[in-house]
Amino acid sequence: MNLTLRETALAFRRAPLPSLLSITTIAFSLFVFGLFGLVAVNIHDVIGNVAERVEVVAYVERGTPIEATETAMSDIQAFPEVQSVAYVSSADALARARRELPEFRSVFQDLEANPLPASIEVHLKPPFRDATHVAAVADRLRSFHFVDDVRYGGDWIAKLDHLRNIAAAVGAVVGAAFALVAIMIIGTTIRMAVLHRKDEIVIMRLVGATDGFIRRPFLLEGLTKGLLGGLLALGLSYGAWALVNGYLLRAAFFTGGEAALGVAAGGVLGLAGSLVSIGRHLRSI
Amino acid sequence: MIKFLHVTKAYAKGAALSDVSFHVPKGEFCFITGHSGAGKTTAMKLIYMAEHPTSGEVRVSGFSSNRLGGRDVPRLRRRLGIVFQDFRLLADRTAEENVAFALEVTGARRSTVAPRVMRVLAQVGLAGKAHQYPRELSGGEQQRVAIARALVNEPTVLLADEPTGNLDDRATRGIFQLLRDINAAGTAVIMATHDLDLVKSVDTHLVELQHGAVAYDSAEDGGIAAEDASEPPAPDGEPAGPEGS
Repeated sequence: MNLTLRETALAFRRAPLPSLLSITTIAFSLFVFGLFGLVAVNIHDVIGNVAERVEVVAYVERGTPIEATETAMSDIQAFPEVQSVAYVSSADALARARRELPEFRSVFQDLEANPLPASIEVHLKPPFRDATHVAAVADRLRSFHFVDDVRYGGDWIAKLDHLRNIAAAVGAVVGAAFALVAIMIIGTTIRMAVLHRKDEIVIMRLVGATDGFIRRPFLLEGLTKGLLGGLLALGLSYGAWALVNGYLLRAAFFTGGEAALGVAAGGVLGLAGSLVSIGRHLRSI
Repeated sequence: MIKFLHVTKAYAKGAALSDVSFHVPKGEFCFITGHSGAGKTTAMKLIYMAEHPTSGEVRVSGFSSNRLGGRDVPRLRRRLGIVFQDFRLLADRTAEENVAFALEVTGARRSTVAPRVMRVLAQVGLAGKAHQYPRELSGGEQQRVAIARALVNEPTVLLADEPTGNLDDRATRGIFQLLRDINAAGTAVIMATHDLDLVKSVDTHLVELQHGAVAYDSAEDGGIAAEDASEPPAPDGEPAGPEGS
């Protein structure tokens, strides 16, 4: 292992410029993928924020005893799709209307009786905030005998679904294309690095080094270059994000886990590229 | 020690060796000679098992080409030293580091590397140039470093494929004498060459290949190599290319 580490360090020391170029190439190909990732993360966040407003409102018939409503609410809370359930009395509804609809304040002030019904507001868990699940929950709410009407804004939820599908499809296709380009560039870079040291491989084989032994320093070199490239790409992505966030618009950055995954992906690509290249050379010598 | 038993090696463009049989006993100095394309390099490759016979069998130091496991090739090569016409030194390492490389990558204990390297560099007459890079050495000196690298693992056989092909007369004589000294110390030496002057200069085992077949084997004939080798080994007598035959 000592020799593997020493040979890897020597490879960087003996050819600093090619090593730096490899790392930079890996970094920039991952950076492009990282930028795409940032856009995807932010679109995902925006859609997620909009989807948070998805709620199903069940209007309760006048005169329904509060006990019946409370029992129903515990049943609704037990639905697998449901995140939270809230009861809004007709008085609360009127107060909210007065607060949120100031243009109708005068209308609301002259009322003899409160025309607004009490309601149960149901928020769904994130994976269930789509048209199908919302409609299913609405159907189940209608089955309660005291529920007069159910509203959930079916049209805009359908539009949200559509937007989400487009974002997912574009994300998958463009992401796969960027990833493929990154893999090809990193693979070629690592292959060039292995080619640069072909003489060493030949000598090692001729003096009786085993294939496993020959592979080790190259794999470690590929892994190191991939990880360093990944870290540099993360730094570049952070710089780009900071610029956008500071001067253009508020945007989200990768979470710690996503950032670590990106750097690890660089390492894995470097390792895989080395494994394929060295395998080819070992077969040809 | 080394036996070729009816060995044929065919490539897509034709046979490089056809039904070749010869035997090199332990500790012998053996010339493999022949014109360019006669099959010398193929024979050498078959000995260090970079190639495998299409038919027949090659036996080297207890290893058989017909019963070769995955780890046998590295194990065999640790018993061989190999020297080429183009030296094959690593340009970014000093003479000492080039020699040490052969020990390090075969798992030698680190504490033993430096003394063994210095001993073998002294043996080839380069103790004073241990820290020089190949570009700072003459052709003859570079070949001495290559020989030191081949010797450092204490092989039982030293294979030299046209080792003097890139050298002037003086360096050629020096390298040849070094190989003779190595042989005198007990290491078998198999030298592929098309240099007739060298072949004629000593009385030793000679295998002459022509068009991939054994044209003459002094061991079979019982004759003296130097006499037979006075005949030109090839009709055209062309020198070999950089890679030998």
